[in-house]
Amino acid sequence: MRLSLAACLTCLAPAAMADTPVLTVLTYDSFTSEWGPGPAVEKAFEASCGCDLVFVPAGDGAALLARLQLEGAASDADVVLGLDTGLTAAAAATGLFAPHGQPAATTLPVPYDDPLFLPYDWGWFAFVYDKTKVPTPPASFADLAAGSLKVVIQDPRSSTPGLGLLLWVKEAYGEGAAEIWQALADNVVTVTPGWSEAYGLFLAGEADMVLSYSTSPAYHRIAEADDTKDWAQFSEGHYLQVEVSGLLAGSDQPDLAKAFLAFTQSPDFQSVIPQTNWMYPAADIALPEGFETARPEKSLLMPADRAGAIRDLAVTEWQAALAR
Amino acid sequence: MAGGAGTIGGLALLLVAAPLGAVAWRAGGLALSPADLAALRFTLLQAALSALVSVGLAVPVARALARRRFPGRALLITVMGAPFLLPVIVAILGLLAIFGRGGVLNTALAAAGLPVLSVYGLQGVVLAHVFLNLPLATRMILQGWQAIPAERFRLAASLGFTPADSFRHLERPMLIQILPGAAATVFAICLTSFAVALVLGGGPRATTLELAIYQAVRFEFDLRHAAGLALVQTALGGLATLAAWALARRAGFGAGLDRALPLAAPGGWRQGVDGAVLALAAAFLLAPLAAILASGAPGLLQLPDQVWPAAVRSVAVALVSALMTVGVALVLAEARAAGRLGWVELAAMLPLATSGLVLGTGLFLIVQPFVPPMILALPVTVLVNMLLSLPFAYRLILPEAQALQADYGRLAAALGLVGLARLRLLTLPRLARPLGFAAGLAAALSMGDLGVIALFAGEREATLPLVVQRLAAAYRNEAAAGTALLLVGLSFALFWAFDAGGRRAAA
Repeated sequence: MRLSLAACLTCLAPAAMADTPVLTVLTYDSFTSEWGPGPAVEKAFEASCGCDLVFVPAGDGAALLARLQLEGAASDADVVLGLDTGLTAAAAATGLFAPHGQPAATTLPVPYDDPLFLPYDWGWFAFVYDKTKVPTPPASFADLAAGSLKVVIQDPRSSTPGLGLLLWVKEAYGEGAAEIWQALADNVVTVTPGWSEAYGLFLAGEADMVLSYSTSPAYHRIAEADDTKDWAQFSEGHYLQVEVSGLLAGSDQPDLAKAFLAFTQSPDFQSVIPQTNWMYPAADIALPEGFETARPEKSLLMPADRAGAIRDLAVTEWQAALAR
Repeated sequence: MAGGAGTIGGLALLLVAAPLGAVAWRAGGLALSPADLAALRFTLLQAALSALVSVGLAVPVARALARRRFPGRALLITVMGAPFLLPVIVAILGLLAIFGRGGVLNTALAAAGLPVLSVYGLQGVVLAHVFLNLPLATRMILQGWQAIPAERFRLAASLGFTPADSFRHLERPMLIQILPGAAATVFAICLTSFAVALVLGGGPRATTLELAIYQAVRFEFDLRHAAGLALVQTALGGLATLAAWALARRAGFGAGLDRALPLAAPGGWRQGVDGAVLALAAAFLLAPLAAILASGAPGLLQLPDQVWPAAVRSVAVALVSALMTVGVALVLAEARAAGRLGWVELAAMLPLATSGLVLGTGLFLIVQPFVPPMILALPVTVLVNMLLSLPFAYRLILPEAQALQADYGRLAAALGLVGLARLRLLTLPRLARPLGFAAGLAAALSMGDLGVIALFAGEREATLPLVVQRLAAAYRNEAAAGTALLLVGLSFALFWAFDAGGRRAAA
């Protein structure tokens, strides 16, 4: 029954959509949600492309690459949107991506030009706190480790911010990363599977600080008129999360896919980003009022291949330090 | 019937085995690493502790509920079942509001100048598992008490049995029959713990097998490893089932007249103890529920429009899943009670220990070559929900199906009462109570599910749990809490409707 149903659905699908080409974009769930950029992006792109833009949500950012690996070359997707720079080495190694041919994004604080992956937004990882409860936030990892403030972080094995924090510490401390993690162990209240659980625990008062983004306070300021949240400036610098999209070599709509990647750099797409994804836009557009109060003095970002190469070691180090 | 039960049991086994097989086949084999030993050790430790504590605490609670009558008793029984129905992350937040760093308990301790207690660690994992599973264990054991014919207690009273005598001759045989299955069920549930173990375990020292599976799929992209771990996890669940099977003995009380007579409840200090047990259990189970209610209530005023279609979808999925679950569980339990097909016990229990991530991944691999998985989002959700709630439904129906078979099986056979007539005249009326309870449980569990279908979810197919997650991912925590409360309320309403319906039909 299942087989015949499946056969029937596959034979009907092309007939029904013969006149409008379909562009399939594999992305993470919160991009496509009603509160993410998805709906506005879809409307804007469909207004000009003469196509049907379909977002296929695949859990969170880490699940996205796993999904792609599962589907392999058989994937129906034309574009993957939402990988971050901690994952691009593994994504490139699948051999499923084709060069995007677009000029590099303009607003990143560090040079980033990857032939396979095109940034559409970015942000700095930062520890967010409540100004009314923490009058003097720590000014560095060393400061945080020496004090008694409690933080909640994400597990690098299931979450992209969690992995970002690992790379941040590794980039800032190199060989000394394990030592810093051991010093931080008593500050870590707990580790959550994903960003939203950690942020929820922070808002519920379980921790003084949470690993999030320097743009998180902007949500509270702009959407909730609540100016109590801020982020702590760390002297080691702040690691970047760069969210990228890429073309799949197996796409049956390569031209449309290229047009979509170009569209991700246009004002129509970029202007949606700050107040839906709460990240910095990758192209030069005006930021909303109150979006940022300060920028980190120093930005950190590992080259993708190095990030890919040290992931396993960094996780082992982290596990050993926090398991004590 | 035997053929039908065999086929259905076989299909349930296939649903567990095929996705695992698909993952292993795609990966080209199975693999384990030395680091998995630590995950295995922690998983076994926390699951065994959680099962022992849950069942150990459930016995006095169930006994107090069985032999005491007081105003609001039926309501208390129903409401105390609620924690089991909570989506895991909602339960965690509710528990933290009481036991967390900034929770009620620690605030009170700090105010009294006492040292605060940390919930994060093995103690937190066990606390959460007991919170989630004490209600289920209590209900399973309470059903055992209710299955002892009231005549036996009257006979005991007229023979001048002391409470100790009653325990030895009536309650202990019943507990020996019920407890192994209850403990094995809780153990198997806790084997697959992921979010509870991670968040309340306090970090990577609390790595369970399911978390190791996440790591294998998401981080290492190593499906061989994921399949190997999933096989270990499922095998542990199977072993627990077999052990429970070997330990359980039929109690054999015989049939009663079915009159609902109040049990002779011993007075004196025992009454005080029962009262204290009930008060403590109610406080432990209801305080986090109250916290969930308090934190979600403001969000109810700002529910986004999207929740309503999602709620309709969730309820529809839950109703269909519940009916399918109870149908399948009844067929399997009846076959098992008739002494046939011992292996269906495994078919009915193995889904408990199945890795949700591997199940979802395997189904995805099976479906994807033929049809875009998004199209099958709702059917797959129904199927998976049915599979995952089957063990509970089976476990709840089985003891009464066995009693039915023992008490009425020969009479029914002598009367030639078979097929639909047997179902209508004997099975449904006699089993209405466990069937209603099982259907309620299955419906509520289906409402809260999320993990497995993430790979299948489409743009417009969101169910309520997914809406909660999307709101939380978009910083809208208040609306997320409100939607979660709506989800809990709907789950509970479904549970209550089925459960009360079953009890009314049985009365």
